[in-house]
Amino acid sequence: MGSNSSSMNNIPNAEQLVQETGFSAAHILRLYERFQFLDKDDTGQLRPEDFGAVRELAMNPIGDRIISAFFSPGQETLDFASFVRVLAHFRPADSNRTRDGAQPEPANSSMRKLKFAFQLYDQDRDGKISRAELLQVLRAMLGMQVTEEQLQSIAERAIQEADFDQDDAISFDEFRKSLEKVNIDHKMSIRFLS
Amino acid sequence: MLLMVSSSDTGHEPPEEDTSSSKSDTSSGTDSGHDTSGDSGQSGTDSGHDTSGDSGQSGTDSGHDTSGDSGQHGTDSGHDSGDGGHGGEPITTLPIVSWKWHHVSTPYLVALWILVSWLCKLIIEANHHVTSVIPESALLICFGFILGGMIWGADKVQTFTLTPTVFFFYLLPQVILDAGYSMPNKLFFSNMGAILVYAVIGTCWNAASLGLSLWGCHMGGAMGDLDIGLLQYLLFGSLIAAVDPVAVIAVFEQVHVNEVLFIMVFGESLLNDGVTVVLFNVFDAFVSLGGAKINAVEIIKGIISFFVVAFGGSLLGFVFGLLISLLTRCTKNIQIIEPGFVFVLGYLAYLTAEMLSLSAILSIVFCGMCCQKYINSNMDESSVTTVRYVMKVLANGSETIIFVFLGISAIDKTIWVWNTGFILLTLFFIFVYRFIGVFFLTWILNKFRLVPVEFIDQVIMSYGGLRGAVAYGLATMLDGNKIKEKNLMVCTTLIVVYFTVILQGITMKPLVTWLKVKRAAASELTLIEKVQNKVFDHMLVAIEDISGQIGHNYMRDKWNHFEEKWMSRILMKPSARKNRDYVFKVFHKLNLKDAMSYVAEGERRGSLEFVRNETAFVDFKKKFGDEFTEVMPDIMADTSEDHSGMSTMRGDPVPSVSLEMHEQNMNGVRETEDVNSHHLLQQHLYKGRKQHRHRYSRSHFDVNKDENEVQEIFQRTMRSRLESFKSAKMGVAPPKHITKHTKKDQLQKMPNGKSLDKSRSYHSGDEDFEFSEGDSASGFEASGGSFPMRVTYRAGAGIENPAFMPDLDPLAQVQIPPWLAEAELDSSMVAPSQRAQVRLPWTPSNLRRLAPLRISTHSTDSFMLADAPGAQQRDNERLPPPPPPPPPPHRDDDHM
Repeated sequence: MGSNSSSMNNIPNAEQLVQETGFSAAHILRLYERFQFLDKDDTGQLRPEDFGAVRELAMNPIGDRIISAFFSPGQETLDFASFVRVLAHFRPADSNRTRDGAQPEPANSSMRKLKFAFQLYDQDRDGKISRAELLQVLRAMLGMQVTEEQLQSIAERAIQEADFDQDDAISFDEFRKSLEKVNIDHKMSIRFLS
Repeated sequence: MLLMVSSSDTGHEPPEEDTSSSKSDTSSGTDSGHDTSGDSGQSGTDSGHDTSGDSGQSGTDSGHDTSGDSGQHGTDSGHDSGDGGHGGEPITTLPIVSWKWHHVSTPYLVALWILVSWLCKLIIEANHHVTSVIPESALLICFGFILGGMIWGADKVQTFTLTPTVFFFYLLPQVILDAGYSMPNKLFFSNMGAILVYAVIGTCWNAASLGLSLWGCHMGGAMGDLDIGLLQYLLFGSLIAAVDPVAVIAVFEQVHVNEVLFIMVFGESLLNDGVTVVLFNVFDAFVSLGGAKINAVEIIKGIISFFVVAFGGSLLGFVFGLLISLLTRCTKNIQIIEPGFVFVLGYLAYLTAEMLSLSAILSIVFCGMCCQKYINSNMDESSVTTVRYVMKVLANGSETIIFVFLGISAIDKTIWVWNTGFILLTLFFIFVYRFIGVFFLTWILNKFRLVPVEFIDQVIMSYGGLRGAVAYGLATMLDGNKIKEKNLMVCTTLIVVYFTVILQGITMKPLVTWLKVKRAAASELTLIEKVQNKVFDHMLVAIEDISGQIGHNYMRDKWNHFEEKWMSRILMKPSARKNRDYVFKVFHKLNLKDAMSYVAEGERRGSLEFVRNETAFVDFKKKFGDEFTEVMPDIMADTSEDHSGMSTMRGDPVPSVSLEMHEQNMNGVRETEDVNSHHLLQQHLYKGRKQHRHRYSRSHFDVNKDENEVQEIFQRTMRSRLESFKSAKMGVAPPKHITKHTKKDQLQKMPNGKSLDKSRSYHSGDEDFEFSEGDSASGFEASGGSFPMRVTYRAGAGIENPAFMPDLDPLAQVQIPPWLAEAELDSSMVAPSQRAQVRLPWTPSNLRRLAPLRISTHSTDSFMLADAPGAQQRDNERLPPPPPPPPPPHRDDDHM
């Protein structure tokens, strides 16, 4: 730590980010180091190519989707605040912290987490996972091992399971319902080291 | 004496044997007769034996059995004379039948005891009201008390107790192997840290605190005059510290707590064996050495030996697991004994570890855990099922025996040494220190855990610290010469076991309910969930990558990559490596389930006929209903009536070729129809080449199966298809072409014609019926030669049934066997109402999902047939010019 001699003072809007995301100052600091590491040309902005520096990400079957999830539609760059805001989805749910109702739902609520997961599928952002979109994800994840036909029938079946209004697509509500039994808080949280 | 012998013999044995044995009695003064009677005389009256046949039996021959099992309480006379009995005494005449109890006594008793124990379980399980309140393990122990009482009453000495040899060598391994084999690996390894902490530190804490506290109380004078030193207290603490896997499995299996809690208790109980064994050995050695000789070097040695024993055992198990996996790669030709390897090598893993004085339990656990994935995909599906079931039979069986014998062992006056202070204090300390240990360790762990262990879960974990047969086994292994109060320790251990298993076992369920512990959700397997879980996994890895953390997910990902790259490649069959993805497996499983319920539904309704009919009706109505209702309303009415009749156990004769082979409830016309259709099927199905082989085979289940057959069927199908393609292209008239077919091979004609009919009626609602009628008729006319087939065709066309006017092609699809229909559906990708599919497992569209799954080469002939048209359709889809074989006039319609 501290190799970049960064401190909270160097980080723009650090206080506000702590407030907003629930990360501790130490977390923010560490993430800022990471951000700077990824930001090779020191512009303070990450471009999708910068994520290419993470070698493991290239091997991840849905890596490109995750990367694109960091960028809001139409935007090519990502500043540190947005970077942290996206990562905040993966903060474990905090049990003791009470928030006043005025504040918006924290990013690590299970609803927001789910929304994030949903958007990984929903590439065209029409609020629905179509069969083609599901198929793409499936293909990426298990394309090597099963035939295209099997993939199709898997996608078919998966859609059937969740599709309650029979429009051959999964809306967010249906998505949420189908994952009701899954503990989203557990499944979509990682331990952020500080 | 002799007189008494013969009289008691007559009382005992059937008259036949009586003659022979009394003959030998009188002739030579005899040992064989003497022996049995000697024993029975010793054990009292015959009525005592008869109270329960089994225990009476065993009472008789106690001497022999114990000498085999333990050698502890041998009633010597019987044994000696039994041996003498085998040494051939001179016989004067040839005995026709002779009584050779000693010949069989040991295995006989073993088998008998197994039977008795299992019968106990049977009795217990017969009453669900009791088992829902009291756990089975507790009831089994109580049954053991009763049985033990019987033996005691008969023998006045406890001849059957659980000996360490029997327990550790013959009863424990399979229970543990099963635990390892069915271990949820992912769950286990993601909680590995916590489990290890509980297993290692927790157990050490339990042992040390108990030993020291007891010693302290002893010093304080709470137990009166006992000859137990500090080291011996520690030894006692170490043997009783470990949570017992058998007891934990038995109790927690019935209370469905959430999976994290379960894996914590369960994993701890399995892994702490390494610690227990080491602690036990170390303190045992220390006791032998005596307090003076223990110095720092010895203690360090003890600590080193812990690592060696634990990791050595695990490593050994791992190696054996790899061995099993490798072996199952190449057992294709000996499929019948393939499952045996798993058990033999698993047992060898256990014994090898024992031989090297490593932790045997850890070894067999890791062996099971490591091989499960590979053997499940390497072996044939039936072998996997076999392994799974045999594993359960063995594990459950020996678990039952263990508990029964734990009960029996109690009824023995010789071990009961009562010391209120010692026993009560032990119970108290065990209970309290378990709570303290768990809470303290969890408090530390929760600082590092992503999902903290909740307070209530901690309570259950502490309360679930059941002790069991392992502790008892270790206690009886104590050396009575070195430890004067061995009996006190044994009986305290027994009391602790009873207390934890019975009392805590019984109260566990109410406690879980009362504390509202999170239960395991009885979740249904859903595909979307599995897919999503996989996405979650990938997502978390990616996020850890991006945020630059080396966390749990990162490690798992690395391991997965390594596993994929190396271990799977080496340990799995190449063929098994395909389709091994988890999501796909779930998909496969779901499909199998659907297929089962589909068939089950068919059987419930009395026949599988509805499959085809419903297909026909549903689709007919959906597809053609609108067009046809005005044209032929009467037919529509008819079909619907038939359809409704279907559900009422085939009230009306169903207008179609029946595919079922059992014709018991058929009336006249239909019977002939059915026989005909049977004929038809027989003619058209592929006939195995190897039918001359013997029916009985020890090395194969399906005798008449040969891989070449599959090949041959394929070739035939392809050839015929090529023929038809050619003829269709050249515009040869269908009759000719079909005749050609028939000559060559009757197999394909019917399916081809039918499937085409079908496809036509399916995909183009506006086809020309006259043509289709003509074509199918001509086709069958042409096939002419064989009588039954023609008749069948007519019958199938429904001449007898008003619903089947001969000139109606769409109804001809009713004749189409379900497999064809299904294949049809598959290729056409018609998606009927999806809600309907989900709700009704027997709707045809469900089967469609099955179609692409038939990747097995072991599919039966009918499946090959089913695949054939489907494959054809798929081929056609790929080839732009559609080649529908028989009817040239319809080629525009058959756009498939």
